[in-house]
Amino acid sequence: MGALSAEERPVVGQVANEVREAIEAVIQEKQEAFARLETESRLRAETIDVTLPGNAPAAGSIHPLNRIVQEIEDIFIGMGYTVAEGPEVETDYYNFEALNLPKNHPARDMQDSFYITEELLMRTQTSPVQVRTMKAMNGRTPVKVICPGKVYRRDDDDATHSFQFNQIEGLVIDKHIRISDLKGTLLQFSRQMFGSQAQIRLRPSFFPFTEPSMEVDVTCVQCGGSGCRMCKHTGWLEILGCGMVHPRVLEMGGYDPEEVTGFAFGMGVERIALLKYGIDDIRHFYTNDLRFLNQFGRL
Amino acid sequence: MKVSCHWLKEYIDLEGIKAEVLAEMLTRGGIEVDGIENRNQGVDGVVVGYVISREKHPDADKLSVCVVDAGTGERLQIVCGAKNVDAGQKVPVALVGAVLPGGLKIKRAKLRGVESQGMICSARELGLNDKLLPKEQQEGILVLPESAPVGKPIVELLALNDNVLELDLTPNRSDCLSMLGVAYEVGALTGRPVKLPDNAVHHAAERADRHFQVRIEAKEQCSHYAARYIKGVAIGPSPLWLQSRLMAAGIRPINNVVDVTNYVMLEYGQPLHAFDADKLEGGRIEVRLAREGEELTTLDGQKRKLEPHMLVIADAAKPVALAGIMGGADSEVTGNTVNLLLESARFDGGAVRRTSRQLGLRSESSLRFEKEVDPERVLPALDRAASLIAELAQGLVAEGVVQDKTAPGEAREIIVTLDKINRYLGTGLSKMEVQTIFGRLQFESEVGDDGVFRVTPPSRRGDIVRDVDLIEEVARLYGYDNIPTTAIEGRTTPGGLTKPQAIRRGLRRLLADAGLHEAVSYSFTSPAGAALFPQLTDASRPIRLAMPMSEERSVLRTSLLPQLLDIAVYNRNRKTNDLALFEIGSVFHTQEEELTRQPKEKHRLAVLLTGNRRQAGWNRTAEPFDFYDAKGVLESVFASVGLAEDVEYEAAAPEHFHPGRTAAIRLRTERGAEPIGYVGQLHPSLQSEYGLADTYVLEIDLEPVYERADFNIRYRQLPRYPASERDLAVVVDRGVETARLTAAVREAGGDLLESVRLFDVYTGEKLGEGKKSVALALVYRHPERTLTDEEVAERHAAVVKKLEQSFSAELRK
Repeated sequence: MGALSAEERPVVGQVANEVREAIEAVIQEKQEAFARLETESRLRAETIDVTLPGNAPAAGSIHPLNRIVQEIEDIFIGMGYTVAEGPEVETDYYNFEALNLPKNHPARDMQDSFYITEELLMRTQTSPVQVRTMKAMNGRTPVKVICPGKVYRRDDDDATHSFQFNQIEGLVIDKHIRISDLKGTLLQFSRQMFGSQAQIRLRPSFFPFTEPSMEVDVTCVQCGGSGCRMCKHTGWLEILGCGMVHPRVLEMGGYDPEEVTGFAFGMGVERIALLKYGIDDIRHFYTNDLRFLNQFGRL
Repeated sequence: MKVSCHWLKEYIDLEGIKAEVLAEMLTRGGIEVDGIENRNQGVDGVVVGYVISREKHPDADKLSVCVVDAGTGERLQIVCGAKNVDAGQKVPVALVGAVLPGGLKIKRAKLRGVESQGMICSARELGLNDKLLPKEQQEGILVLPESAPVGKPIVELLALNDNVLELDLTPNRSDCLSMLGVAYEVGALTGRPVKLPDNAVHHAAERADRHFQVRIEAKEQCSHYAARYIKGVAIGPSPLWLQSRLMAAGIRPINNVVDVTNYVMLEYGQPLHAFDADKLEGGRIEVRLAREGEELTTLDGQKRKLEPHMLVIADAAKPVALAGIMGGADSEVTGNTVNLLLESARFDGGAVRRTSRQLGLRSESSLRFEKEVDPERVLPALDRAASLIAELAQGLVAEGVVQDKTAPGEAREIIVTLDKINRYLGTGLSKMEVQTIFGRLQFESEVGDDGVFRVTPPSRRGDIVRDVDLIEEVARLYGYDNIPTTAIEGRTTPGGLTKPQAIRRGLRRLLADAGLHEAVSYSFTSPAGAALFPQLTDASRPIRLAMPMSEERSVLRTSLLPQLLDIAVYNRNRKTNDLALFEIGSVFHTQEEELTRQPKEKHRLAVLLTGNRRQAGWNRTAEPFDFYDAKGVLESVFASVGLAEDVEYEAAAPEHFHPGRTAAIRLRTERGAEPIGYVGQLHPSLQSEYGLADTYVLEIDLEPVYERADFNIRYRQLPRYPASERDLAVVVDRGVETARLTAAVREAGGDLLESVRLFDVYTGEKLGEGKKSVALALVYRHPERTLTDEEVAERHAAVVKKLEQSFSAELRK
């Protein structure tokens, strides 16, 4: 550059710059190309088999009986119910007498009980929680509770019987509760539980703590009512018992049956679970075979 | 109760109502029909035949060759294998072409060379339940009465074309333990009238009270005792129609007198008893309580010790029957009986029930008395039975009923208003509609303009006591399908879970999401199970069931762990070796030797981990569970309820736990650090006893967790100034618990120390015997400014010094 004149210098300088820039551009381009190739080849080398199994976090499950309990609880919580609980070892008074089943009542035959002493027994039903709730409410209305829990009856175990099982009981007390309200409540429950097409039908029955008493059938979950083996070709499945709270029970719970009325209902959780999941043997719930539990891991 | 439709037709017209329709109608009306049984199990072409002659089969010892007239116009030669077949008998003959139950077709056949043109049938071959047959007819061919007309189809003769409804009665509807009760129910459902049976007694001139007197001593236990005297009966088999009806109802015919008492019991629901009058002493019947030391041998041959609360029927000398339950063997009606004393009474349900339970002796009779019989059927049933015995056993009924009774109960008038009915049901029924329903039920009712009904239910419906009972009758006859579906009116209420309920639910989700499976086990366990982990039972005494079903399930569980162990064993036996289980449930504790009040029911959480946490995969090796997995479960449980900082772990050695790998868990509360459970490995000897690999368990009380759980999230401002991080490794004695090290670090680090995290524990030869190296990462930060290097260095040095002083720690460089 030193040999050039002052006039030439900027010109040559500019040319030189241009040449340099051109060379640099080529180099950069080449570098980028190489880098790209290198990246590409590296990525090619890093290629994995995306069909290999993933590293899923260990999956557990909630027991099917509790899944059902939670589902039922949620339906009734949505209708404004709270959840009440009570002891599993009950007094004869709460389990029977306060439910209009005095000692020597023939209806006590319906459920053979596990007594511990003459006055204490494993509760045979969740209904004592109704009485405890009434007493705790001290005459206030409205009462709207459901009571889930374990109950115990002397029964030889087989595919449909278990000496320990779960019930969910509901109780509503207010100024003007009618059987038609009970029907409405149970229809809504059945549709949420078993699908929007479900129908219910009521049949007269007998429970000492309700009058009138009814049994409730729901459209068969398997055949939708057309008749199948599960429903013994009737199109209906019996799912719960219910009725209007017996005036004696209201009285013993501290309510005036001339002032308020109420309804109560109760269902067996195992039965609902058997129907809903198509399980063939109630004993599976209590053997806790992992191959069984594993099947209930869904949300 | 088994109801033969054929029989029911005696009392109510069933024309046009098929058995299935009747069953559905009854079921929807509240009398549940469990099943319908057709008595004809597939018999066709079987007729009455007369055995003209019987010869031995020429080539077979056990066979006979009979010549039979079956009304076909020809003499049939039939080979028969029954021992009891004989000439002169009337027998059921399956003609060639006949069909028997099971689809068996009768063909012409040769038996050992002799032609047989049909088959003589046994009861079982006709599909009859042979347990219900009179004893003498249970073996061999069925021998029919001489009066059976030759050629008559057996199906007609035995009334086999009959459907039997099996009723599953609720305890309140014992009125349907009688054919008449069922007839009234069908009448109410269909509106058809009920026809009562003929019970007119044609009596002799002789008076019954010449023979005996009746007195009720135990007036509380018996409100009415009535009896008739019947002379000169001829005991023998009942006519076929009666036998068939009893068999349809599931009762075995015995003889004409006993059969009549059973028949009338089924007809009226009123149990009756016939005594051999000549076996009764002193011409006196007493209804009284048993006396100390008295005994009675009942009809079933059992000698029974009587207790003073048991109600008996006694003659002048001794008890002769357990009232309402079973008669005595001494005065039983036998083939030699000539004179009868026929009893119809109303015994108290509670008294019968108590005695029947205590003796373990239940009968069709006690079943009915226990549920209280209709006071107004005592006499009609007695008369009906007397008239049938006169007719079927040629007895002469003496004049008059000898009886004693307490004052009759008042007719029950119940008041219910139309308004209450409609308010209860949510309906708009009219006075007329309600009155029609009462009419169909045959309830006497009056209604005024004000809509007040005065109803007197018949005595057979003892279950109707209150207005709500009447409302139920209206509801079931109006039809539940016709009642509208409404939503509850009135104040709405917020639904929801209580805090403990929400915690249990949250824990279930948390643990399931962490890979654990929830188990639900039985609350009953073995005495050994209840005593397995004494430190978890709060020194509770075992609570034993009075009458357990098995020793394995005889006491209430005191801990959840023994059952989880059983579940682990169960799964291991089925080749499931990797298990992560939890259970949330109640345990039962008491300090009382004899339980006088309810035990404490404690909600607990238990976890069991055994086998591998992760199975080997294509990209990893198997990882077995260890202590820290169990502890980690607890840490996430406590973190989820805001108690991460409130829990302490301390080495412990409860029974049946690994003494070096177990910690007591304590929760800090206002009352101090409360022990709430244990986490650890099972003792290796227990593991091998159960055949389990290394197994880690924990169990905690949930009550203190409910109490202390804190769901209030309070936001802390994010740090605005940078932190200084310093790592630190110290060598200490192996026995130094790291929790004490970190506590000392926190203390010395003071307010500038934001966190300390343990990231390595190392033991090795280089460190020397009994030493370990612990590496900690410390983070220093000031909330309002940037810390200088000098400040951090000074505080960090204090930390190091504290460790050196407290634990003779050596700083690793």
